[in-house]
Amino acid sequence: MGDGPLIRWDWIARNWDTKVLASLIEHLQLSLIPLAIGLVVALLLGIASARWPRLYPPVLTSVNVVYAVPSLALFFLLLPYTGFSLWTAIIPLALYSLAILVPNVVDGLNQVPDHVRRAATAMGYGPLRRLLTVELPVAVPVLIAGLRVAAVATISMVSVAALVGLGGLGQLILTDGFRRQFPTPIIVGITLTVVLAFVVDALLVLLQRWLTPWARDTPTPGVRTREEDAA
Amino acid sequence: MNFVQISIDWFSQPEHWTGPSGVPVRLAEHAGYSGLALFLAALIAVPVGLVTGHTGRGGFTAASAANFARALPTMGVLFLVVLLAGIGLVPVMVALVALAVPPILVNTYEGVRGVEPRLRDAAVGMGMRGWEVLFRLELPVALPLVLLGVRTAAIQVVSTATIAAYVGIGGLGRFIVDGQARREFDMVIAGSILVVALAMVVIAASAIARRTLVAPGLRVRQPSGT
Repeated sequence: MGDGPLIRWDWIARNWDTKVLASLIEHLQLSLIPLAIGLVVALLLGIASARWPRLYPPVLTSVNVVYAVPSLALFFLLLPYTGFSLWTAIIPLALYSLAILVPNVVDGLNQVPDHVRRAATAMGYGPLRRLLTVELPVAVPVLIAGLRVAAVATISMVSVAALVGLGGLGQLILTDGFRRQFPTPIIVGITLTVVLAFVVDALLVLLQRWLTPWARDTPTPGVRTREEDAA
Repeated sequence: MNFVQISIDWFSQPEHWTGPSGVPVRLAEHAGYSGLALFLAALIAVPVGLVTGHTGRGGFTAASAANFARALPTMGVLFLVVLLAGIGLVPVMVALVALAVPPILVNTYEGVRGVEPRLRDAAVGMGMRGWEVLFRLELPVALPLVLLGVRTAAIQVVSTATIAAYVGIGGLGRFIVDGQARREFDMVIAGSILVVALAMVVIAASAIARRTLVAPGLRVRQPSGT
């Protein structure tokens, strides 16, 4: 354990631009890209599972099994194929987000009231147009609830990728902090990870308000962390 | 290369099954850390969730704290506590308990909150006192959700306990970390398979717990899924 105070502000000031900010930006990249990929894949899998319900149990089981694989192992196993590129971190993180996002897409689509669906059909909407302009917008609150859980989970998990030489703020925690027995970078890394998670979470809440103008006056249902679906 | 063949080869070698770094010992270590962390987390999260859910007070604070804990990078917490308290069981437990508390706490709270007011009125009408309402009505009704929270937490703990190997403690993470260090990828794969298998045991155990603990009248309302 290092000498001196727990937080050395001068270290933070000296390394702000070169280390701290750079790690923060990498961390943001490593969390947002997997979330975006995860969302697209989850939408495809979820739409298919909502449409053909027999598909849902095998899809759900597969994403849950992947979720149980330790992130450390997935990073290591990808290393020979993707090397030290960002993909080594992005692919596992995107896979993990599926376990949270797929059930939310399916639940979101299944809870679209039948009369809404029938009204759209009666107005002459084809299946694709109905899905894009009616069903998905109605499912937005449930979708965003899942996205919020997935975002916080991903942002906090990115750090593990430091063990394969990536990992944004995880690098700060591992290389600058743990390996040098120096607590300051660890505390900075933890704090910024939590701040980042809260900022992204708040932005998702704003996004939901913007996407669902009709729900603004009423308390939003469906904004519930769906722990029960995460596993 | 074929993952199935590689892992069958690895598992069929007898030397991987004996000694202090054999599969049974590592498996027992891993299950031990995970079980202890889960027990400690439940000891904190279930009472807090029950009380905040029952009284309706402090719920926002508890949910915010749980959200905060969810955002904590497990590895950062682990390394920080290692630097402050030294290598040992303590840092691993702190990191894993911080990981396991949020899902259990949030689900317990939501479960108790979600009890229908009619049922609560009926219980009070039958002359139940506050704690009787909590233990004879709210807890049993909330139990399916509580168990799901425990299951989520257990899967995350089992999967994350692998990083304990990184601070010199055993468990299945040793296969993954050592395999990586020695470039023996069959070992990494075998370690991952064992972790996933342990997670499957957790899922099976939670299904059994649900069947034996949840009141028969509530079972039909179970969310489907694995």
